[in-house]
Amino acid sequence: MRHIISLLMENEAGALSRVAGLFSARGYNIESLTVAPTEDATLSRMTIVTSGSDAVIEQINKQLNKLIDVVSVMDLSEGEHIERELMLVKLRAEGEAREELKRLTDIFRGRILDVSDHTYTIELTGARVKLDSFIDAIGRDLILETVRTGASGIGRGNRILSL
Amino acid sequence: MEMTGAEITIRCLQEEGVEYLFGYPGGAVLHIYDAIFQQDKVKHILVRHEQAAVHAADGYARSSDKVGVALVTSGPGLTNAVTGIATAYMDSIPMVVISGQVPTYAIGEDAFQEVDAVGITRPCVKHNFLVKDVKDIASTIKKAFYLAKSGRPGPVLVDIPKDVSAHKTEFVYPATVNIRSYHPKGKGDSQQIRQAAQMLLEAKRPMIYAGGGVVLSGAATQLTELVKLLGFPCTNTLMGLGGYPANDKQFVGMLGMHGTYEANMAMQHCDVLVAIGARFDDRVIGNVEHFAQVPRKIIHIDIDPSSIAKRVKVDVPIVGDLKLVLDEMLTVLRSSRQKPDAIEMGVWWKQIEEWRVIGGGLRYKNSSEIIKPQFVIETLHKLTFGDAFVTSDVGQHQMWAAQYYKFNHPRRWINSGGLGTMGFGLPAAMGVQLKHPGETVACVTGEGSIQMNIQELSTCKQYHLPIKVLSLNNGYLGMVRQWQEFFHGNRFSESYMDALPDFVKVAEAYGHIGMRIDNPADVEPAIIEALSRKNDLVFMDFRTDPTENVFPMVPGGKGLSEVVLSEDL
Repeated sequence: MRHIISLLMENEAGALSRVAGLFSARGYNIESLTVAPTEDATLSRMTIVTSGSDAVIEQINKQLNKLIDVVSVMDLSEGEHIERELMLVKLRAEGEAREELKRLTDIFRGRILDVSDHTYTIELTGARVKLDSFIDAIGRDLILETVRTGASGIGRGNRILSL
Repeated sequence: MEMTGAEITIRCLQEEGVEYLFGYPGGAVLHIYDAIFQQDKVKHILVRHEQAAVHAADGYARSSDKVGVALVTSGPGLTNAVTGIATAYMDSIPMVVISGQVPTYAIGEDAFQEVDAVGITRPCVKHNFLVKDVKDIASTIKKAFYLAKSGRPGPVLVDIPKDVSAHKTEFVYPATVNIRSYHPKGKGDSQQIRQAAQMLLEAKRPMIYAGGGVVLSGAATQLTELVKLLGFPCTNTLMGLGGYPANDKQFVGMLGMHGTYEANMAMQHCDVLVAIGARFDDRVIGNVEHFAQVPRKIIHIDIDPSSIAKRVKVDVPIVGDLKLVLDEMLTVLRSSRQKPDAIEMGVWWKQIEEWRVIGGGLRYKNSSEIIKPQFVIETLHKLTFGDAFVTSDVGQHQMWAAQYYKFNHPRRWINSGGLGTMGFGLPAAMGVQLKHPGETVACVTGEGSIQMNIQELSTCKQYHLPIKVLSLNNGYLGMVRQWQEFFHGNRFSESYMDALPDFVKVAEAYGHIGMRIDNPADVEPAIIEALSRKNDLVFMDFRTDPTENVFPMVPGGKGLSEVVLSEDL
C-alpha cells in the first residue's frame, strides 16, 4: 500500500544521504522524496512516498526513527492529511489546439507560465491523481517535457509534526 | 590555554578514561600522533594492519563494558578499517573510530589518500561525523562516546581533517550531552511487562531464548534469576553464550544452524517464547515460514524497536534496557501468587529430556589415530576449567568452540557472529589480553582464518601478549568444504589450500613459540605446556581430521526441526 511518510531531521550535510542510503540498503521503495529547510533553519522537513506491506512500512518507520539525525517521523497516511505536488509541463501548442489546451488548463486550475509560438508551459498543483489525470487529458503526444516535485504532505487540523 | 585539534582529541580520550588506543599512523593523522607522543595517559598500541586495530578495540570492548577506540589515517587506513567497523556494527559493539582526513580545503579534489570516510562507513556505523571546525572536536567526541555506548551500542566514526587537527582553540570538555533527536529507552512499559509475566506464568511449554543483548546490557544475573525462578528451559544464541551458565541443567545448549536438537525442538514446539536481546536471525531460526507454522505466543524484549517484528510477528513487544526490564519482570513475578503449573512443566521437561536423548547430545567419534577438532576444544575447556577468554575466527572451528567450550560467564566468548569476519580472532585476542593481563586468552582459529591477520603476531611480540593460539589445521576452508560436500556434490571448489606455511617456523620467525601436534595423545600435553608458559605466546598447529563436519546442522533455508544430527545426511 502507498504511504506518505513525513519527517523532521537535522539540517546537516549528509542527513539526506542517510535516509536515501537506508532505503536502498534495505530494499525499500521510494516513489518520491522531497526535502527543504523549515522555518527553523536547523531542521529539514522531508516527505517520502513509499509502498510496501504493513510489516515493511513498520520497519521503515522504525529504521527512520533509528537514524540519529532524524528528529521525528509521522506516517501521514495513517490519518487525515493533505498532499500536494507541483508539476511543470511544457506542451506543444499550435493552431487550434492552443485554445483547447488553455481551456483544459483552466478546468484543472492550472496556470500558463510561459508562452511561445509553439509551446505552453503550465504549472499545476494537486494530489498525484490530479496531475496524472491532467497528463491523460492532454494526451502524451503533445507533452514535450514534465517536471514534478514529488509529493509534500501535512496533517489536517491538530495533526502536527514538531520537535 | 589554546590547544591544537590533535591535542584536544587526545585530551578527550583521556577524559573518557581510554586506556588503550589501537592504531596505525599516516599522513592525515600526524598531528594526532604528535599529541600521543607528548602524553602517557592513553597508551597507543601499534598494530600491523588497520583492520586489526579495529578488531583489537572490538575485543577490548567485548571483554569489558568499555568503549573500544581505534585511530587510523585517511584513505587506505580508513578503508582497511571498514571490515572491523562493520564487524562491530553487526554485533552492536560500542566503539569509537577516529580517522584522519585530507585537509578541508582539499576535500573533494581527489587528494592523495582521500576517501569519503563518512560516505563509505555510513551503512555500517551507528553514526558518523566529519569535523570541519576545531571548535567542534570536543563536543563531537563527547557525542561519539555517548552514542557508542548508550541505547543499542555500536561503532561511531569521527573523521578529522588534517588542518582541523592543526588549528587551535580553547579546550572545553562538555559535562553532558544532549542530542534532541536521540533518546534511548531505559525502562520498559510496565503494562507490557505485567502482561508478559502473566503469559509466562500461564505457559504450558515455555522457552527462554536469550541473545547477545543480555551480554551487552550486563543482564546475565537477571536472566539467570528469571530462568531459575520460573524453572523454564533456556537457550543462548551464538552471541549470547555465557549469558546463562552452560553447566546448568536448565540450559538446553546453543540453538540455531549448529544448535542442539533439544534447543531447536523446544524453540519450534513451545507455546510461549520469550526472546531476550535476540533478533530471530536467519542462522538462528532458519526458514521464517517454517518457524511460523507452529502457533506460539512471542514476547520480545529488546532495546532496539527495529529488531522487534522484523522477521517474526510478536505478541508482546517490550522496548527497553534488558537489565531494567528483567528487574521489573522479576519483581512482578515474585509478587505474584501464581506459579507456573508444576504438572505441565513436568510434562514439558519430560519432552525436552526425550529430545535430549534423541539428539544424543553434542557428540563426535574420537580417534586415537587422528586429532578430532572437537577433542582439542574439550581439552582446552578441561584444562582452563571453562574459565578462559576464548576468541575465535569464523568457520567450523568457531562452531566447535561455541559447542564444546561451555561458557559459564558473559564476555568470555568473543567472536564475530553477525558479519562472520575471518581474521577477527587474533587481533580481538590482543584487545582482550590487554584488558585482562594475567588471564588466559585462547584464540581458536583455523589455518585459513589465521592467515587473514597473521601479521599481528608481530604486534603480540611488541606488547608481550601471551595469547594461546589453537589453530585447527585441516588444510581446508572447513565450513566451505562442508557445504560443498553436502550441497555441491563433493566438488571442493577452491576450498583446499595447497602450500601452507610451516606455522611453527612462522611463529618462531615472529619471536614466539610454535608447536605442531599431529597425534591425539599429544593434544593434552601440548595445551598443558602452552598454558604453563605464562609469558609467551604459543602457536599450536593442530593437524586435525580434514573430513570432520559440524553437527547437528539445520541446512540453510530449512526449518529448525529439519535438523541433520550426524553423517546420515
